[in-house]
Amino acid sequence: MINRRTVLKGASALAGGMAPIAALADTITLPIGNGERPMVKYPQKRPMIGLTARPPQLETPFSVFNENVITPNDAFFVRYHLAGIPLEIDPDTYTIDIKGKVDKPVKLKLADFKRMASVEIVAVNQCSGNSRGFSEPRVAGGQLANGAMGNARWRGVPLKAVLAQAGVQSGAKQVVFNGLDTPVIDKTPDFQKALDIAHAIDGEVMLAWQMNGKDLPMLNGFPVRLVVPGYYGTYWVKHLSDITVIDTVFDGFWMKTSYRIPDTADGFIEPGTAPKATVPIGKFNVRSFITSLADGAKVKTGETMLKGIAFDGGSGIKEVAVSADDGKSWTPAKLGTDLGKYSFREWTLPVALAAGAHVLKVRATSNDGKVQPDKAGWNPPGYMRNVIETYNVTAA
Amino acid sequence: MKRTALLGLAAACSFAASMTIVTVVSAKPVTYELPEETAAFKPGPNLDIVQGNCGACHSADYIQTQPRGPKFGKDFWQAEVTKMITVFGAPIEPGDVPKIVDYLTATYH
Repeated sequence: MINRRTVLKGASALAGGMAPIAALADTITLPIGNGERPMVKYPQKRPMIGLTARPPQLETPFSVFNENVITPNDAFFVRYHLAGIPLEIDPDTYTIDIKGKVDKPVKLKLADFKRMASVEIVAVNQCSGNSRGFSEPRVAGGQLANGAMGNARWRGVPLKAVLAQAGVQSGAKQVVFNGLDTPVIDKTPDFQKALDIAHAIDGEVMLAWQMNGKDLPMLNGFPVRLVVPGYYGTYWVKHLSDITVIDTVFDGFWMKTSYRIPDTADGFIEPGTAPKATVPIGKFNVRSFITSLADGAKVKTGETMLKGIAFDGGSGIKEVAVSADDGKSWTPAKLGTDLGKYSFREWTLPVALAAGAHVLKVRATSNDGKVQPDKAGWNPPGYMRNVIETYNVTAA
Repeated sequence: MKRTALLGLAAACSFAASMTIVTVVSAKPVTYELPEETAAFKPGPNLDIVQGNCGACHSADYIQTQPRGPKFGKDFWQAEVTKMITVFGAPIEPGDVPKIVDYLTATYH
C-alpha cells in the first residue's frame, strides 16, 4: 500500500503502482519541517529513505511495517556514526578477540561461532533517535521520522557462552564492544559501547550471525553484530571485532558523553530545558502504530479494518487500544501471534467510520504497566519518543 | 580465488552441543560498493573551506537535513562547528571557523 503519511513526488508515482523500481519517485517528503529526502537504492537494499550518504544512514519507508510483522533484511534501517565503514570482509579470516579481565583470551572465527550451539530470538532494533524529527522544540541530530526501527529473527550464540570460553574474572564490571567501523581522523572517538557484566551474561544478549534466516546485510553489521534485546540500537554494535572485559566503568565518548538521557523516571524533561543529571540510554519505552493507514488517509465510509504494531523493552504487550473519537473512548484491539516479548506484536481492530473527518489514536500498555503518554516527552538529544500516535482520516 | 575447506569430523564433534554441523565452508571476501555520493554542499561564501573541512568526515546531507527556522541560525551553527572541533576532533584552522559558520548561517536557513 502507499503510505499516505508521506507525499511521493514524481509522475511515475502518481501514475499508480505499475512503475518499475528504477522509475520510482526519487524523493519523499517526511511529515516534518525540512523533511524532503532522496529515495536511494543501495546494494542488498530496496529503495530506502536516504538520510545521509557518508556514513550511510537509511530509514525504512513506513509502509514496510504493514507488509509483515518481520521487517525484511532489504528494508531494515541503517545507522552508522563514522565514515570508515568496512567494505570488504573475508568471512574466512574475520575474527573477534575476547580479552581483558578474562582467564584465557580467545580469538573466535566465524566458523567457530557457527559450530557453537545457536539460539534464536525475534527482537526489535530501534534507533535511540527514531522519530527525532517530531521533537518540539526541534533538536540537532539525524532528522528521522518513524522508520528507524525494525523487527527481525536473529540467530547466533549467547554472549554468555562466548565469555564463558574466555572465563570472566572476578571483579569484572563491564564488557566493551568494538566493531570494524572506524573514524576518518584519529581524534574522533571510535564507536565503542559497554554493557554491565550482569547484563552481558544474562543469556539473552547475543552475537548474531544470521538475520531472518540469511547472512546479515553488510550495512546491518555483516558478519556478526551484537543483539541486545529490548535495548536501543546504539548498543547493537555492528561488524564486531573486539569484546573486552573491564573492571571499571567504561569512559569512552559514546557512553560517557553521548547517548545519554535525563536521569528522570521517563527520560524526559521540560521541553527546551537542560537536564540536571544524565544516565546512559537503556530499554525501549512502549510504542504502538497504525500501519494500515497513515495520517491524512482517505477511507471508504463504513467498516475499516485497522492493523498495526506495538512493542516495548521486553515486558511484552498487555493491551493495544484504539480510539476513533480523538481519545474520548477506547476499544481494545485483537492482538496477533506472540513472537516473543521483544518482538513487534501485531494488532487488528475493525472500526466503523461514518462519512466525514475522524481522529484515530492508538495506545499500547505493556505487561509492566506502562502506558504511552498523550503528550510527547522531550529531551535535548531527541531520544525515546513514544507519544500516542494520532491519525487524521476522512471517510467518504 | 575461491577456497573450500572441509572441516574435520573430529573438530565438529568436539562441539557436542551443536545440532548443525557445518561441513563445507566456501569463503571469499565479501565486498560492498557504496553508491556514488550525490549530496553536495550548496553554493555559498567560503564553499571551498566548507568542502575541505566538513566534507572530510561526512556528506553534505548531514547539514542539509538539520531543522530550519529562527532557532537554527548563527548560534546553532556556531555550536555545531564547535562540537565538531571539541568533540569529534575536527582539525579546523581557528581562522576558518567564522567563515564556516557564516557559510552555514547564510546557506542553510
